[in-house]
Amino acid sequence: MGVVVNGEFMELPERVVFVSDMLRHFDIHEKVVVVEINGEVLTRVEHQSTRLSEKDRIEIVHFVGGG
Amino acid sequence: MNHRYSRQELFSPIGKAGQQQISTKHTLIIGMGALGSGSAEALVRAGIGQLTIVDRDYVEWSNLQRQQLYTEEDAINRLPKVIAAKSRLTAINSSVEVKAIIADASVEELEGLAHGVDLIIDATDNFETRMILNDVSQKLGVPWIYGACVGSYGISYTIIPEKTPCLVCLLENVPLGGLTCDTAGIISPSVNMVVSHQMSEALKILVGDFDSLRKKLVSFDLWKNQFSEIQVDRLKKSSCQSCGTERTYPYLSFENQTKTAVLCGRDSVQIRPSVLIERDLETLERLLANHEGVVQRNPYLLSYTVSQHRLVVFKDGRVLVHGTKDISEAKALYHRYLG
Repeated sequence: MGVVVNGEFMELPERVVFVSDMLRHFDIHEKVVVVEINGEVLTRVEHQSTRLSEKDRIEIVHFVGGG
Repeated sequence: MNHRYSRQELFSPIGKAGQQQISTKHTLIIGMGALGSGSAEALVRAGIGQLTIVDRDYVEWSNLQRQQLYTEEDAINRLPKVIAAKSRLTAINSSVEVKAIIADASVEELEGLAHGVDLIIDATDNFETRMILNDVSQKLGVPWIYGACVGSYGISYTIIPEKTPCLVCLLENVPLGGLTCDTAGIISPSVNMVVSHQMSEALKILVGDFDSLRKKLVSFDLWKNQFSEIQVDRLKKSSCQSCGTERTYPYLSFENQTKTAVLCGRDSVQIRPSVLIERDLETLERLLANHEGVVQRNPYLLSYTVSQHRLVVFKDGRVLVHGTKDISEAKALYHRYLG
């Protein structure tokens, strides 16, 4: 599946179905992240239930603590 | 009359009226590391009326690569950051009233310091303090600007009580591990970029131009050439314990405070006594002189080096144990030498 993540086009493997799968694929599933799909921000619960589709525009922001 | 602020006044969204506003405002900066140094300098140059800076640490050599207010002399003298910062800030703009507080910004300190300020800038290196700061902001109705960075990555969000989601709405709970410690290092451009985001928002708030606020969670990676913004309004929860309709300010309660903290990338543990005490450093120096190890003291802190560990004792009773990340080992050393 071809999607755009943070402005960059990329192919996701077939096993990536839900947003939570994508976070695992990027190895950021243990980080605290905010995800937006096609302009709509998701709650944490929706990461599990939201299916990705071809050409989705995805924004991912992860929280860090340094300063 | 000099023309100190003429270029800022020529910038029409600020103008002379905005400059006048800025000069009457009081900002509190929590943390005087890299982000705090950058924000403090920006605000002082911009002509803020009053600035309060709080930090628990002192200047070290590893700070100088990015913490713009500090010099080699400050590192040699192990000056508390806020003391070194105040002298530099006052040299930059002597008309700003700068208040320097050497302390661990926990609940009592933050509630006291935030009273009556117009804006709080987050420049801490940990989420524990941010959660307290978030509750204090909601309780007192003072806006705050989250900012953080690691490596070439940075993030910022402006939190306006009663308007935007708060940090608890965004995070849901305190992130654990991996996020605070800068094992990935940090480059100064990431610091400067976060400071730029925070300070642009700060100026808008200080001149009362709330309509121009970014209203989005912003993040970037300067090495990977990425930039991202997310509209997060939908994440505001009416059930939030910190900003919702039946709020309890959970991070202001004693149970949620820890008394020890592993410091960001420093191989150090901070131990904070459960009651506020004042340590007599002179007496302590005499006591420790009878032990093995090396004691050094300046007016603000005492440093005691024994084998591969160094204990740094502050007047307010806090102790930094360097040379370990292990809280129980740090506590053992604390009790062994300091009772």
